[in-house]
Amino acid sequence: MVDLAPAHRDAYLELARRRRLYGGLLLVIFVAMMAAGFRLAESRNAGGFVDGLPMVLAFPSEVLAEAWQKRANLPGLLMAHLPSLVETLNIAAVSTLLGGLVAMGLALLSTRGLARWPRLTGVFRRLMDALRAVPEIVIALVLIYILGGGPVPAVIAISLHTAGALGKLFSEVAENADLKPVEGLASVGAGWGQQMGLGVLPQVAPNWLSYALMRFEINLRASAILGFVGSGGIGYDLKLAMQWGGGRYDEVVAIFLLLFVAIVVIDRISDHARGRLVRG
Amino acid sequence: MTKTATLSPALTGTVLTRFARRRLAAFAVPLAILAYLAYAAVAFDVAGLAGRARMDNAAVLLSDFWQHKTHVTRDNRTGALRVAIDGEAKGVYPADRLPAWIATQGDATRIDLGHGHVVTYDADGARYDVPGYGLIDIRPQDGQLHLTAPQPLPDWISASEGRVSVTTEAGRFAYTRSKVETFRYEPGWALFFFTLDSPFHYMSWPEIAASALWGPRVDPDLPNVAAMARDFWTNAMWRHGDVIWAMFETVLMAFLGTFGAAILALPLGFMAARNMMPLGALRFGLRRIFDFIRGVDGLIWTIVLARAFGPGPMTGALAILLTDTGSFGKMFSEALENIDEKQVEGIRSTGAGAVQRARFGVIPQVTPVLLSQVLYFLESNTRGATVIGAIVGGGIGLLLTQAIQTQKDWEDVAYYMVLIVLMVMAMDSFSGWLRRKLIKG
Repeated sequence: MVDLAPAHRDAYLELARRRRLYGGLLLVIFVAMMAAGFRLAESRNAGGFVDGLPMVLAFPSEVLAEAWQKRANLPGLLMAHLPSLVETLNIAAVSTLLGGLVAMGLALLSTRGLARWPRLTGVFRRLMDALRAVPEIVIALVLIYILGGGPVPAVIAISLHTAGALGKLFSEVAENADLKPVEGLASVGAGWGQQMGLGVLPQVAPNWLSYALMRFEINLRASAILGFVGSGGIGYDLKLAMQWGGGRYDEVVAIFLLLFVAIVVIDRISDHARGRLVRG
Repeated sequence: MTKTATLSPALTGTVLTRFARRRLAAFAVPLAILAYLAYAAVAFDVAGLAGRARMDNAAVLLSDFWQHKTHVTRDNRTGALRVAIDGEAKGVYPADRLPAWIATQGDATRIDLGHGHVVTYDADGARYDVPGYGLIDIRPQDGQLHLTAPQPLPDWISASEGRVSVTTEAGRFAYTRSKVETFRYEPGWALFFFTLDSPFHYMSWPEIAASALWGPRVDPDLPNVAAMARDFWTNAMWRHGDVIWAMFETVLMAFLGTFGAAILALPLGFMAARNMMPLGALRFGLRRIFDFIRGVDGLIWTIVLARAFGPGPMTGALAILLTDTGSFGKMFSEALENIDEKQVEGIRSTGAGAVQRARFGVIPQVTPVLLSQVLYFLESNTRGATVIGAIVGGGIGLLLTQAIQTQKDWEDVAYYMVLIVLMVMAMDSFSGWLRRKLIKG
């Protein structure tokens, strides 16, 4: 049994007390900030929190009630909006693919030990930071002005963002890759592309794919939102149906169902696939 | 003598078929991707894009991003001269303080567009002297415009009975019966710091510094520095005050939403973790609720909440809060299931209750994991709050969509874009700093 000398014990208790004090102070400051922030946000909002709270369920129940009355329309509406859902899925898939391909290049070029031009790794990193920092909506809205509506602005906007976001994750994976295969390939005279393709890619492929799948889930949501703000896909249909207001709520419910089922199914599949990829 | 390994024919066969399959896959996967992209290109009508693309819009946008134009307009009926930046009422020059490239003398106005291009308005009409081409002279007579210019007319001059317009690399000039107008393009964002009604607009930078430090008071009620801050803050052209508020609102939405969700999700995560909650039914129910919240997605939650609470930052914060509660609940419960049970057992052996076990056995283990997830969400929500702001009508997202919808304030759009990128990068490094500070070792 070890007994602490009283002086040590006091010092320890003093330390513990001070830690608790600091922790408590931090907590109080944090709670105060949250409360003040919430009050401020509420004061700048059109409606108050307490007044709005009972209304939260009013709109969904109104929508559901109307849709229930017209439930006979639902199968037809579901079929009618299926092409838009496919478009949204396509936007997400294409931008994940394109963004992922660019991200592969950027990641390899910005990883220490693998980079083609080691001096430029910083440049490629900053480039990825910049791509990540620009929200999709900014690029999409500007491109809609130039290219007109449709899925292409959304694809470009999401791809650019994906390239930055995936590039960072890819590069973190590639940093941990074993360099021995690369050295082996270099010793037999393989070029940089061959070194990467044969030496690094097989090592990182499972993790990269898993990240890309996760990104696909995110991009699906992003493409729905971009459709709502800009144009194209199921988000746009939803916006049109919402603007109509009462009378077309059966359409709102149909679109919502399509989106919900798509998101849940894809989340499930990708969850499962990622589990298998990473655990082998 | 060396022993060579010989493979049984069956094994050789297996190896060879596997190789063949691999080789096939190595070609098939890129081919499948290409085929899919080709299908998408057809489905998205990329070929028709060239026809729909408005390259003139792109040109307007790009030129507006980095330069501004000053309209010099004379009303041909009253003879009144108006010099305004971007033709806006907020940017009208006072008559006694016109820019140096405009000279007025009685009825005559001489506008120097630079590089030898000179436009003159006078009582007879207007003249535009284009170097290397000659003089374009326009005189209204009997309600018609008489154009005198070297023939044949080049394609950058378009002339009809009621309107003559000239576009050169130095600027644009248009004469109609009611007015004559010249646009001069200059690089930079006009009136960014002070508008024309502020005395500081007419000072150079050293003069501004001197006036701030020891100059006589421009406004007797305020020190000069305060007057400058006020003029900058209330700049009618760029609305810096509103913009900063909007940025703050956006960050506030992300902050309230993320941390509110984390606070809500922590107890829920405990209740949904297999090793914390013995009641299987409750666990299952909570998990399905998390799945539902995540599946419905932020877009729908935002719309539903905007109906109840009206537009504004609180609605955005609540939308983020609700969506992230689903994600955090799932992530927290997974993190809690992966903890090391030994610590909990150690605490249990001292006779601690459930709350104490959670406080001293579980929380210290999971805090770093949870915090880093929360901070990661904080930075991605800052970006998300821009989009949500555009939907619910709050923050910088609203200003951005409004500026884009006007389709002419592209310099504002560029300004907001720069600010958004800076804001996201700042949040990025702030949350990275916080992560390193809080999760040392």
